[in-house]
Amino acid sequence: MSVHVHEHAHAHVHRDDIGGRMGMWLFLFTELILFGGLFFLYAVYRFMNQEDFHLAAKELNTMIGTFNTAILLTSSLTMALSITAIQRNSKKLSIFFQIVTIVLALGFMVNKYFEWTTKFHHGIYPGSEELLAQSSGQILFFGLYYVMTGLHGLHVIIGMVLIGVMTRFTAKGIVNSDSYVKLEAAGLYWHLVDIIWIFLFPLFYLIT
Amino acid sequence: MSKHSEHGPHAHSYSIYILVWLALMILTGVTVAVAGINFGSLTVATALLIASVKTYLVLTIFMHLRVEQKVFKVFVFVAFLFFLISIVLLFSDYSFM
Repeated sequence: MSVHVHEHAHAHVHRDDIGGRMGMWLFLFTELILFGGLFFLYAVYRFMNQEDFHLAAKELNTMIGTFNTAILLTSSLTMALSITAIQRNSKKLSIFFQIVTIVLALGFMVNKYFEWTTKFHHGIYPGSEELLAQSSGQILFFGLYYVMTGLHGLHVIIGMVLIGVMTRFTAKGIVNSDSYVKLEAAGLYWHLVDIIWIFLFPLFYLIT
Repeated sequence: MSKHSEHGPHAHSYSIYILVWLALMILTGVTVAVAGINFGSLTVATALLIASVKTYLVLTIFMHLRVEQKVFKVFVFVAFLFFLISIVLLFSDYSFM
């Protein structure tokens, strides 16, 4: 072991992968607080406007919601697989899985785009006359819907950029089978985005 | 210190991820199917229970918590505990308004 250390003394760079992952987890806890606050808001408003929330949720397309859930779960799978691939020194396979993850995330956002624009065509968007004519509970539902899925969508876009950077790092060898904590951190972020959607989906699309 | 613990966990194979993914997809199907049935006030509880099971799977397997050092598990547990305390306090307040 000491011989090994000596040999690599020149190339030795201080690294703390456990610390790196822990830092990422700490950041994820702040995300829990960010989205948690919104979930609290949702819980209280739904509790106070149960009928209106049920009525408003009928406007949402369960099919698109379910499809998007499947897309996001699959992208989480490919993200996890890309880390196993780099651990096993399969650089090309890891890059392939990362690109699939980005493509799936893009698919999610395209669905989201069509979903939102359809709502806009129906006149349902924050501040629209059609929405303001509805009951306060329904206005609250759509306000929360746009803020929470919008903030989640923003996280998906940030995640796509992050994974894109990781793909470049992997291609250049900055992320490799010996040092892949950056890819792991991006993965942790991506799985958190997935977990948030796991809760958003039933709370918005499945109240009938 | 061994290379293993320094550079991170290596315990997960491709197959376990695919199994977890399958479980997540099936649970999604169950949530959608169950949402059609009216359990009254239990409907939300069922949806949240299934979502929690899915979250547990993502945290332990996809996010490597299962093979991570104990301190990570304690961190996540404490974070969720405080989240739970907040929501319990919030509802004990609103329920009696």
